[in-house]
Parts: sequence; C-alpha cells; structure tokens
Amino acid sequence: MFEIENLQVSYGQSQVIHGLNFTANKNETLAIMGRNGMGKTTLFKSLMGILPSKTTKAFVDGVSLEGNDSYQRVAKGLAYVPQGRMIFPNMTVQENIETGLEKSKTREIPEDIYALFPVLYDMRKRKGGNLSGGQQQQLAIARALVTNPKVLLLDEPTEGIQPSIIKDIAKVLNEIRKMREITIIVSEQVLSFTMEIADRIIVIDKGKFIHEDTRDNVDAAKIKGYLSV
Amino acid sequence: MFGYSMADIGNIMVMQGFSGLSMFTVLLLMALGLAIIFGQMGVINMAHGEFMTIGAYTTVMLSKVATTYGFVNYYFVFAIILAFILAFALGYFIEFIMIRHLYKRPLDTLLATWGLSLVMQQSFRSTFGAKEVSAELPEWMLGSFKPTPDIDIPINGVFVMVLALFVTAGVYMFMYRSRWGLRVRATVQNRVMAGAVGINTQKVDRVTFALGCGIAGIAGAAFTTIASTGPTTGTLYIVDSFMVVVFGGAASLMGTIASAFGIAQAQSILQFFMTSSMGKVSTLLVIVGILMMKPEGLFASKLRK
Repeated sequence: MFEIENLQVSYGQSQVIHGLNFTANKNETLAIMGRNGMGKTTLFKSLMGILPSKTTKAFVDGVSLEGNDSYQRVAKGLAYVPQGRMIFPNMTVQENIETGLEKSKTREIPEDIYALFPVLYDMRKRKGGNLSGGQQQQLAIARALVTNPKVLLLDEPTEGIQPSIIKDIAKVLNEIRKMREITIIVSEQVLSFTMEIADRIIVIDKGKFIHEDTRDNVDAAKIKGYLSV
Repeated sequence: MFGYSMADIGNIMVMQGFSGLSMFTVLLLMALGLAIIFGQMGVINMAHGEFMTIGAYTTVMLSKVATTYGFVNYYFVFAIILAFILAFALGYFIEFIMIRHLYKRPLDTLLATWGLSLVMQQSFRSTFGAKEVSAELPEWMLGSFKPTPDIDIPINGVFVMVLALFVTAGVYMFMYRSRWGLRVRATVQNRVMAGAVGINTQKVDRVTFALGCGIAGIAGAAFTTIASTGPTTGTLYIVDSFMVVVFGGAASLMGTIASAFGIAQAQSILQFFMTSSMGKVSTLLVIVGILMMKPEGLFASKLRK
C-alpha cells in the first residue's frame, strides 16, 4: 500500500502542488489524469525524491520515505518510469536493465522480464539510444520492474507512442499487476488507455485533486471536459 | 630526404617511434585518470597533475626507504600500489570536502581545483624542497637492449608500456565489465535517472573521482622511471592530458587511447625533423583543425537524436 499525506511542492516562491492526500492499495492501478502543466510530473518527481517536497508524509507498506533520496526510495519499493523514458542512450538494452539490479546480488536479468518484453531480448546488444520510442518505453518499464517494486510509478507512458504499441503497453501493465500484485500509479491524458488499466481515476487541476471516479462508475464526459483545453 | 638515407630514416622512425611510445604511455596513464574525471564526470580538475606528483613523490620516498633497507629490486611494485592508494585516498577526501559542492558549477570547479593545485604544489615544495629529486631505479629496469646495432630500446620505457597496458586493461574491465562501471556510466549519462533506478550517485561520484586520482598516482610512479620529480612536475602534463581527452572524445576510452597515441607519435617524430616547439605547434594546429570539423572528438557516439 502507498500512502501520501499533505504533499506540497513549490518551485521557488510558486507552489505547484497543494496538500495532496491519497492512498493506493496493493494490486490496484490508480490513474492520475490532467492537462499539461497541472502538476502530474511534479507530483511524480516529488514522490521519487527528485524534487524536494514540504511537510510530506509518504509510506510504502507503512515504511516512511521521509527525507529519503531517490535511491533509498527505490530500495524501499518505489520504481519510476519517467516521462520521455530517459533510458541510458549509450548503454546496451541489457546494461540498461542491469542498472535496475542494485538490490540483487547478481547481474542476472530475471527471465520474466524478457518474457514480458520479447523484443528487448532480441535487441539486448543494441544501444538504448538506437531503439524506437515504443521499444524505449518497454525498456524503461523493464528497467523499473527489475528493481522488484511494490509501487510502480509511470509518468505519461503513452506520450509519443503509436496506437498499436499503446495497446501492448496496456496489456503488459495489466499482466504485471496480475503477476506481481503491485500498486501501479500512472499519470495520463489518454482516457481510452486509462480505462483499459485503471481501477480508479483521479483528476488533478492546478496542483489539486478535483475529481475521483472508480472505473465502473466513470463519468467519461466529465473527465474529458477536465482534459480538454 | 633532409640529407638522410632511407636506412637512416628507417632507424630514426623506429627510435622516434619508440620515444613516442614512451611519451604515449605517460600521456595515456595521465589521460586515463582525466578521461574518468573530466570525460565521465565533467569535472575540470586542474589539480590532476598534482595527484600524479603525489604518486611520483611516493615512489621517490619509497625508493629511499628501499635503498636504506636493501630491497631496491622489489620496491617498485609496492610503490605503484602505494602511489595508487595515497592518490585515491586524497582524491576521495577532496571530492567529499570540495568537489561535490561544485558539480553544477563547472567554472567554479576550474577555479577551485586550480587553487587546490597551487596549495598542493606549495605543500610539495615545503615538504620535499624546490629541487627535483629522482627515484633509485631497480637494477633490472636499467640499461637497454639492441634489436639491431643502430636501435637502442631502454628497458624502463618498456616497463612503463607494460604498466600502461595493465592499467588500461584494468580501467576497461572496471568501466565495462564491473557493476561499479555500470553505475558510473549510468550516473554520467543521466544522474537523476541513475538515482531513480536505485544507484547511490553521490557514492559513485566519490569513488569515480578517487579512481581517476589513483590512476594519476600510478602515472606519477611510472613517471619517475623516465624523469626526475619536482613540485611543479604535474603541471607539465596537465595541458597535454586535457588535449588527449578532448581530442579523443570526452566519454570514450578508445578515443583516449587513440588520441594519446596519435599526439605522442606526431610530436615525437615531428620534433626530430623540426624544433621541439614547431613540432608541438604543428600537432596542435592539426588537432584544432580536426576539432573544428568534429567538435565532439574522434570517437563520439552515434545515437538516434
């Protein structure tokens, strides 16, 4: 379970996240939706300890993340797939995945990773920077998964990806949740993709949560209204 | 050509080529440390030469102890190890108290490390005196062998070459075959993301900087076999070392090797046919020309943009 209490983030004098609270359960996929500039990426970066946040209490299965750097948060069970993938371009696909094996005693990549992403096995000797956008996204997810997370954070995983690959990503995320029973939190702007994976949808607007629906009772028109410019 | 017969030219090329190889090995050892610190971490360490001087003084001091206690023939291996350990330890300490506060300020780093180099030079002067000192070389390192009557190859030069070969192989294994190397490369390519996959990037920085300094220490130990050591010895090589790293392509180990080889050989052969300064100037002009066409250096990575 992942719990956040009173998350506040500022860039200098300007506050962008205003006291957010939420809980995401084990084996639940939570989607946070909002337009560009509403605070989704800032929220994820602060959850990962990349951006400093004020007066925040964060817990993974009851273990506090307060004051922890990113690498300590990873050790406690958070994993992050950032917007734009941010794979290591000069490393091979295999090396990219191996960077996530800090907790593991060996450099052996678990078999289920290549089973989930067979294309990565075929391209394991290629440099990450030479992969297509969709392949890089799969690589970023694989790299996060080998950290053996309890909570997987994905920041706009469909951004810049062609529609057929988006369907594959949705399928893989559902498979991951089924196999590992982890918490998945995803930020998105594409409602159709979100509907395929999320149990719950929260809408963020100017750093505040303004609407929440479960998948079964989703008010699609209202959410689309929030997402349109 | 130049009043020499073809046979003379052949011998000159071999001798100057070997002299260039000696210069190549010292340049390579210096530049390898710098390739890690500047090429991988982006830190302009103007005090890199002084870490080499630490290695050189360590060797000189140990040679004195070895002469006193009669183990001159064996001390050099210990001197190399000790030179590495001392330079590594000081590098680790300097990273902790100074460099880590300056990572996002390259110009401040340049100024601070330049200041550090001056402090270190004065410390050497106060401790060891202003005069140059030499290490007592083991007997097996003295003399030369002659493959032909006109060619004379010094044994100490061969030793430094073998040492450079081992250190280069060690650095390659560290960077491309070890977990630490993976951490270093990940941190260099994307520091934020390296942290977000679980790598303690601050620890990586400290070890990487210290390793670069440690290799400079080994370069210093090797340097004592071909020249004497003074407080400002390190400054003689710092410009050439930066040139090697930039010309080779900052983050490329192969580039560093190729660049050190090219620069050393060009200088060595040109210096025979021209004056020493003209040889250096000609080499520099060629490097400037190539860098204008390939600003990322000889071995820049080709990636999808």
